[in-house]
Amino acid sequence: MKAKFILAVAAAAALGMATASGASAQGAPKPIKIGVMNDMSSVYSYLGGMGSVAAAKMAVKDFGGKVLGRPIEVIFADHQNKPDVGAGIARQWFDEQGVDAIVDLPTSSVAIAVQQVAKERGKVTLISNGGSSELTGKFCSPTGVHWTYDTYAMAHGTGSAVVKQGGNTWFFLTADYAFGHALQDDTAAVVKAAGGTVVGSVNVPLNNADFSSFLLQAQQSKAKVIGLANAGGDTVNSIKQAAEFGIVAGGQRLAGLLVFIMDVDALGLKTAQGLLLTEAYYWDQNDATRAWAKRFQAVYGKIPTSGQAGVYGAVSHYLKAMAAAGTDDGIKVVAKMRELPINDFMTKNGKLREDGRVLRDMYLFEVKKPEESKYPFDYYKQLAVIPAAQAYRPLSESECPLIKKN
Amino acid sequence: MAGAPEMARGQAARWAILFALAAAAPFFFYPIFLMKALCFGLFAAAFNLLLGFTGLLSLGHAVFMGSASYVTAYAMKAWGLPPLIGILAGTGVAAVLGVAFGWLAIRRQGIYFAMVTLALSQMVYFYAVESKYTGGEDGIQAVPRGMLLGLIDLNRPLAMYYFVLAVFIIGFAIIYRAVHSPFGEVLKAIRENEPRAISLGYRTERYKLLAFVLSATLAGLAGATKALVFQLASLTDVDWTMSGDVVLMTLIGGVGTLWGPVVGAFVTVAMENYLAQFGSWITVIEGVIFVLCVLTFRRGIVGELAHRLPRWLGRRRATPD
Amino acid sequence: MPEWMHIAVPSAPALFAQLLIGLINGSFYALLSLGLAVIFGLLNIINFAHGALYMLGAFCAYLLLNYFGIGYWPSLLLAPLAVGAFGILLERCFIRWVYRLDHLYGLLLTFGLALIVQGVFRQFYGASGKPYSIPEALSGGQNLGFMFLPNYRVWVIVASAAVCFGTWFLIERTRLGANLRAATENPALVQAFGINVPRMVTLTYGFGVALAALAGVMAAPIYQVSPLMGTNLIIVVFAVVVIGGMGSILGAIVGGFALGIIEGLTKVFYPEASATAIFVIMAIVLLVKPAGLFGRRA
Repeated sequence: MKAKFILAVAAAAALGMATASGASAQGAPKPIKIGVMNDMSSVYSYLGGMGSVAAAKMAVKDFGGKVLGRPIEVIFADHQNKPDVGAGIARQWFDEQGVDAIVDLPTSSVAIAVQQVAKERGKVTLISNGGSSELTGKFCSPTGVHWTYDTYAMAHGTGSAVVKQGGNTWFFLTADYAFGHALQDDTAAVVKAAGGTVVGSVNVPLNNADFSSFLLQAQQSKAKVIGLANAGGDTVNSIKQAAEFGIVAGGQRLAGLLVFIMDVDALGLKTAQGLLLTEAYYWDQNDATRAWAKRFQAVYGKIPTSGQAGVYGAVSHYLKAMAAAGTDDGIKVVAKMRELPINDFMTKNGKLREDGRVLRDMYLFEVKKPEESKYPFDYYKQLAVIPAAQAYRPLSESECPLIKKN
Repeated sequence: MAGAPEMARGQAARWAILFALAAAAPFFFYPIFLMKALCFGLFAAAFNLLLGFTGLLSLGHAVFMGSASYVTAYAMKAWGLPPLIGILAGTGVAAVLGVAFGWLAIRRQGIYFAMVTLALSQMVYFYAVESKYTGGEDGIQAVPRGMLLGLIDLNRPLAMYYFVLAVFIIGFAIIYRAVHSPFGEVLKAIRENEPRAISLGYRTERYKLLAFVLSATLAGLAGATKALVFQLASLTDVDWTMSGDVVLMTLIGGVGTLWGPVVGAFVTVAMENYLAQFGSWITVIEGVIFVLCVLTFRRGIVGELAHRLPRWLGRRRATPD
Repeated sequence: MPEWMHIAVPSAPALFAQLLIGLINGSFYALLSLGLAVIFGLLNIINFAHGALYMLGAFCAYLLLNYFGIGYWPSLLLAPLAVGAFGILLERCFIRWVYRLDHLYGLLLTFGLALIVQGVFRQFYGASGKPYSIPEALSGGQNLGFMFLPNYRVWVIVASAAVCFGTWFLIERTRLGANLRAATENPALVQAFGINVPRMVTLTYGFGVALAALAGVMAAPIYQVSPLMGTNLIIVVFAVVVIGGMGSILGAIVGGFALGIIEGLTKVFYPEASATAIFVIMAIVLLVKPAGLFGRRA
């Protein structure tokens, strides 16, 4: 018993090392702290990871490193895709370490939890990699900003563009998860509104490696378009195996509803060629995007993903709004973010809406054939612009309690 | 045993000091972190009742914690129940699951028992993904903490902390009592040599089932409380990697010791917090810890200390434990 | 009918196509489970690192292609050898310390090793994966009328069946296999006969690892080559081995094929449950016949 007693005291001391709140130096101005929280060690680490930290730091540096006469600090943490880890870190950051804004937040369950924690404290969440449209729907927050993309925009972008190109019969391969169903439902709505039909669908458990059975069902449906309402490894596997089963050679098109440049990189152009997808940013779109990408690559060593580009944009706009508002109060800063138009290397006349959704143009891309690609990461050709006005869920359909419905 | 009243006074003094430390802790450490550690500590201690004291490895123990977590979260959010009732509801569901799964799993031994628990927990995981009550991968969010007994607002961190501490003390006391009792002795006998226990006339099936149900119920209590601490319930709580986490905590702390799992939980939660800054190296560091624990540190923290400390202090005092 | 039962009964040819796919997947599961069955059956170690070693095999194929220009066919031999050698290293350094302990420690140790291997690869190669194509000779497919059957899948079932048969024959019907089985039943006695038991044990672990790596190379052209590719397969593979019987090679093979077919059927009738079906079956098998279908120990 004595041993255990000493042990308990020792354990208590050990705890202190891991959780002691940092004492701030007296007299020095309290820094503005921005916390980058995302998945750094698991399945979504390639969307943001340490690259988002690099992007945030770039934004701070470009802004001058100071705002309201106070230095700006960027800290980061890995939420490991676990909501209680994310919520715990968020609380600690806000309550103990004086963090003013949390950025990035892939994985909707964590994003929703952290946004909730932030909302209760009047602190800001700038979500770049997280995709659930519910973040500006029933879980909306007056201090929440959904910056880059959401599942509604992806569905609408790809869905409407593909139907315009003649793809009017669809079969869905849907990840059996809320986001998969959301992607399917939103795309199906667009397809039907444009006069097309949904011939069938199949729900696939998450992290299923073999899609042959489902691809067979898709082939037999004879639908012109096979919509991939899944993400990450599941998308890569579905596309890889679709090539194997001769789906595209057989005349059916693949529409990736949540595909990113790194997924295309994982597939290789030979397999991914012809794939249609929607993204908010592609590094090679124009001079501005290229210039920024080159700078990012110089710092981080890799081509930026749209989520990482979004982190830069969100942090920059946040700092700009804070300087203009003259205060660090979350509600006032976000209100200022709504007032100021968003113009940066990836956004032209973007606007932050009352529900927290950033209205920006989205772009429909097609993956190039291998012979069309001239240099590394030369993957996409832009087919269409989906204007901001059409891309996002209209306020009239919103479940956000902040929206006053007349 | 020499000096029994002396021992009792010594023990009471130590309990008092521990309690004082626990009561003072939220003024020095971040309360949410402490509460998380307490919940996981109770979960690990309940798990260890089965592993360390009965010799049964359950690979699906997260299901009890997770299902209680979901039930409590849902009850508080959808029906607005007061916190005590919400927690009781969650714990009750975990107990029922414990009876059902225990009755099925106890029929098998060793690795087969472990595999049955894993299979059953995966089925519950599937249900959690599909059911509309659990919110799928978004989970149940924004769960209200409510007013304890209609008087104490649990949204205040200190109030919530003392409540969680009380729950932990009650749960741990039950485990302590179970272990230091004739029932506990039979469990240890089963762990050491089940055929012999049977030959002595004990209906080992009943004891194992009771241990399983007790373990599941207390794991449920931990989960229900955790749902209120974080105000959410998610798939992470029923995932098989959570079952793996509790094994790690118990291993780090010391299988078969009473305080080991609690210490292991505190260390693991602290590590998770601390390692979050290391970003991508977390998985590798966790792996290294697993390997080190198994190869060189099998007794766990508490086990090692209990083993070595008497020898270090041996010359001055020989305190039987 | 409850809404979750999407009973859309397919036509006979369509159903046959799905069964064929299920059989092919089953052969892959059998190949993947084989290594695990060998290691557990002969060494009593629950090798939780199996998924990570499978991943290493796939990555080895990728690295051989990208840094040495070595294609698929030589990789089928080189990758298992390389990863098998790595497995031997693991066995000598780490695993041999837990042979005499409870199963739990072997499980935890190999789980820890898996975390390390996966974490390191994820650190350097990212989580999204690397491209790897089907070799030219096996690309394309046959139009069978009721379905399009890729040539690669035919190769998978043929090669898996051959390797499964070969391994079974080696363990159950040759002198070497007999010595191996004897060595695990009674090491002291077999050692007394002059057979170097520790070396056999090491080589056996290496062999089991090589089988996992071989499955990885075969998976590389059709599944995403990513550091996390083994994490979800590992519990499926375990379920197969348990269903087949934890000591039995034949059990793993039959279990793998059976599972592939059952999973294939589930994907047609209740696709959402196709990942969970195996656990239902595992629970049923464990409760009805605890040693598994072909298991020797109860």
